[in-house]
Order: sequence, then C-alpha cells, then structure tokens
Amino acid sequence: MTEIAIRLDNLTRDFEPVRAVDGLSLEVPAGTIFGFLGPNGAGKTTTIRLLLGLLEPTAGQAVVLGYDTRTQAQEIRSRTGALLEHSGIYEHLSAEDNLGFYARAYRLSSKSERQARVRELLEHMGLWERRKDQAGTWSKGMQQKLALARALLHRPPLVLLDEPTAGLDVPSAAAVREDLAELAEREGTTVFLTTHNMAEAEKLCSRVAVIRKGRLVAIGHPDELRAQSGGPRVEVLGHGFSDEALALLRKRPEVAAASVQNGHLAIDLRQETATSPLVSLLVGAGVQVEEVRRGKASLEDVFLTLMEEEK
Amino acid sequence: MSNEIFADVLAIVWKERKSQFRVRGSRMRFLMMLMSPILLATIFPITWGPDWLAQVPPLVIAAITSVILVAVMVPESIAGERERHTLETLLASRLPDRAILFGKLLVPLAVSWGVSMLAILWSAVVVNLVHWEGEILFFTLPIALGSPALSFLMALLTAGAGVFVSLKAATAQEASQILTFAILIPPMLLQIVPLLFRDQMRQFLDTVNGIQLLAIVLIVLVLLDAIVLLAAVARFQRARLILN
Repeated sequence: MTEIAIRLDNLTRDFEPVRAVDGLSLEVPAGTIFGFLGPNGAGKTTTIRLLLGLLEPTAGQAVVLGYDTRTQAQEIRSRTGALLEHSGIYEHLSAEDNLGFYARAYRLSSKSERQARVRELLEHMGLWERRKDQAGTWSKGMQQKLALARALLHRPPLVLLDEPTAGLDVPSAAAVREDLAELAEREGTTVFLTTHNMAEAEKLCSRVAVIRKGRLVAIGHPDELRAQSGGPRVEVLGHGFSDEALALLRKRPEVAAASVQNGHLAIDLRQETATSPLVSLLVGAGVQVEEVRRGKASLEDVFLTLMEEEK
Repeated sequence: MSNEIFADVLAIVWKERKSQFRVRGSRMRFLMMLMSPILLATIFPITWGPDWLAQVPPLVIAAITSVILVAVMVPESIAGERERHTLETLLASRLPDRAILFGKLLVPLAVSWGVSMLAILWSAVVVNLVHWEGEILFFTLPIALGSPALSFLMALLTAGAGVFVSLKAATAQEASQILTFAILIPPMLLQIVPLLFRDQMRQFLDTVNGIQLLAIVLIVLVLLDAIVLLAAVARFQRARLILN
C-alpha cells in the first residue's frame, strides 16, 4: 500500500467574507513530487499555511505525515521543510549564518554535524565559495537556492515549496528544478509545490492538482489530465484572430474550446474531425491562416481549459 | 523552563545577537544610543558631586536608559522581522512560539540592562575622579540595589509593551515611535497626579522611608511586568502573527 504524506479531507478556510480554501480533499503519496496549480488568489498559499499548522482550518481536516495540523502542528513543522512566498533569507547575515541559525533551530546536534551539513548543502548548491557574503548582496536566484538549502537542512521527509522558481531566470529555475528532482529520487522526499509554471509542473510532478477559488478542479498525473481534458487539438498559426472568429468557432458542435495562446489559436475538439471546415470558417471570418497543426494539449492548455470551464 | 525550550531560546538569541548588530548602520545607531546615557552619567555626577551616590537621579538614569534601548530593539526584532518578510519562515520552523518570543526579548533586555548598569557604574567612577575625597565612594545600599532592579523591571515592562505594539504596527519604525510615545505618557501623568492628590501623597510619603518607597515601586513593577508578560505570551501566537 502506498504511504500517504498528506491527506486533506474537506479542508476549508474562511477569511470572512472570503472562502480561501473550499472543501479541499486530496491525497499526496509519499516520495512523489506533487504540483499544486492555480491562478493568483486560488488558495495555494493558504493551503500551505494550513498544512504547516500556521492557520487553523475553519472546517475539515489536514493530516500531514500522520499528524493532525490542528493538534500536532509542532510535530509537522519539525519534520517539514518550507520555502514560502518570500524566501525568508536574513539578508544582513551571511549564507553560512542563515543556515547556521536554522541548523540550531532544527537541533542538528553537534557543531561539527551542523558545519558538515551546511557545507554539504552549500557545496551542492554551488554557493560554498561565497558563504561569507551577506545574503542580501546575492542575486534572487542564489537567494532562492539558499532558501531551498535551508528547507532541506534537517533532511525532512516532506518539503512544502510555494512557487520555488518564481522570479528566477531560466538557468536558475532549471537548476532549482534539477535539485528538486534529484532530491525526490535520491532521498525519497515528498515535495509539495505550488506553481504557476505549467511546463515546470509537467516536467517535475508525478501528480498535480488544479484549484480555483479554493476548490479542487482536477487531480491526477499530467498525462491523465491531458487525456481527460484534452481531446484532439488543432493549433492554428496566423493573424487576425478576432473575437468574432473565436465566437463563430465556439458555436461549432465539434469545438470544445478555442482560445488564443501566445499568438496561436488553440482549438480543442470533442472528437477527431476534419480540420478543413474550421479553417474555411476562420478564413471566412478574416483570419489569415499560415499553418495548421494537429497536436496534443499541454498541461497549460488543460489548465486554461479548466479555468475557462470554471468561469 | 525545560532544557529543550532553553536550547530553542538560545538558538533565537544566537540569531538575534547577530541580527541586531549586523543590520546596516546598527552599530552606529547603537553607539549613538550609548552616547546619551554616558553623557548624562558624566555631566550629572560632576554637578552633583558625592550627593549623586545617595540620591534618586541614578535610579532615573538606569530606568530611562534601559527603557529607551528596549523601545528601539524590541520593535526591530519583531516588527522588523515581519517587515523584512522573514517572520513567516521563522514561524514555519519547529521553534515554539514561546521560545521565539523569549529569545527575541532576551537580547534587548540583556543589552539594555547591561548598558544602564555600565552608565551607573561610570557615574560612580566620575564622582570619584572629579570629587576625590581620599577614599573610594560608592552608591548607598538602596541606590546600589535599586538601580539594577528598577532598570531590569522597567526594561521588562517596556519589552512586554513592545510586543503588543510590534504586533500591530506596520513597520519597526512605526512600532518604535508608538512605544516611545507610550513610555512618555506615564511620567507625564505622574506629574499631574501629585497635583490632584498632593495632600494624600504628602501624608503617605511621611509614613515611609526611601527604602520602603523603592520597595513599593519595585513590587508594583513586578506585578505589572507579570501581567504584561503573560498577556504578551498569550498574544504571541503563530496564527495571530500570520493573520496580522
């Protein structure tokens, strides 16, 4: 039987008059990288705070590593590493002191053990040479890596990461993703991460949940979600994708959804069907069609479709 | 306090010690704060002479010094941490609320008490240097015992009030300003009270000597400290801090 790292049962949290998390029920298997996806204000950060026992649920229950967040939050925080919305780095302290403090806080027993672990992590993250620098003088990417190192300091079985690659440049984000993948594989750590970045979720996560307005909209392996949500898809490259053209497309019975993404027109079909009538319709509506491709929906497409359906 | 909590408090103290004196300009600010008590502890003893060692002003200097230092350091430690977005990560750690609170109060208390005692001892050195009478002079017993106690209790009271103000204020600077203003109110009220109850006060003061009066003040402060500290412990909770 698969061990469950996180179990949410009808988890609800109100900030009167807003319901930030609305009856969330899901399970995160241990040792997996779980992506928690949703637009801004969907309730991702509130969920992480609930998981850490920083907030009490209004209703429902969250069990993390076998501990109830209401009554055993201290146990959870002892066994969990967290990288929250802000990196939480003490900018006027050195990298070594930042980790040194949390090593003390997490009771890494001896000074030599603390030093060895700090060195191991800083070397692994490529930060060792600059360990004496004030962390505030570092780039955002380096600070984020340091924050990730801090979250892993006490070798927690679970890490909760709130948009760990937000604001990072492409190489730094890739490096962080690589570290996370390696961590989950090497140490069997469960990673629960929130992200806006669908490509990231697709690459990293073995399971994703999509939430909107605090409610669970979909959950599963990225491939399963694509299969559920994304039927056949047609991508049209060209110009002049007017609202009228899109409206005409959406009226067609074979079209499930149509939207312009990155300058391309993405058409989700209910079933395999010929594309020529659709192309003719578009041309008739004034669209200049340059190329038509058949393809599979990406996780981003699935996400956008889910958001569209929810509206 | 159990050993475990003690170790947690020490972890916070380690961080606070580094934080308080490594923020840009913090050492200069600390030296500036040190200047006023040292100046007062130099000028007054020169003017008062040996009488300084047996009068109330050293008690006032001890109390004011510790209060001012705490009023700057506690907001920096609590509201400042929230302002710099490091508080939530700290709260997400395994450290218990009480360990965080006590650790954050311990450094300001120790520093302020230490500085106020330094100022008081320095004032005794000044008296001896300027008004040398052939033997070393020192404070009378009530002043020698009262100044450390009064300094510590006033620091603790300010620290407790500082927790409340820091939880409400948006920035460390705002918290520090509110706290300083709040500290100025009781002395202002004390100037009005004797006018209202002049006769009763005079009658009461006739019945007690200096030591008894000091003891009464200290007992009242101990009670106030206990109330404020217990309230601060009750208030300093993760959920409230996150929501704030």
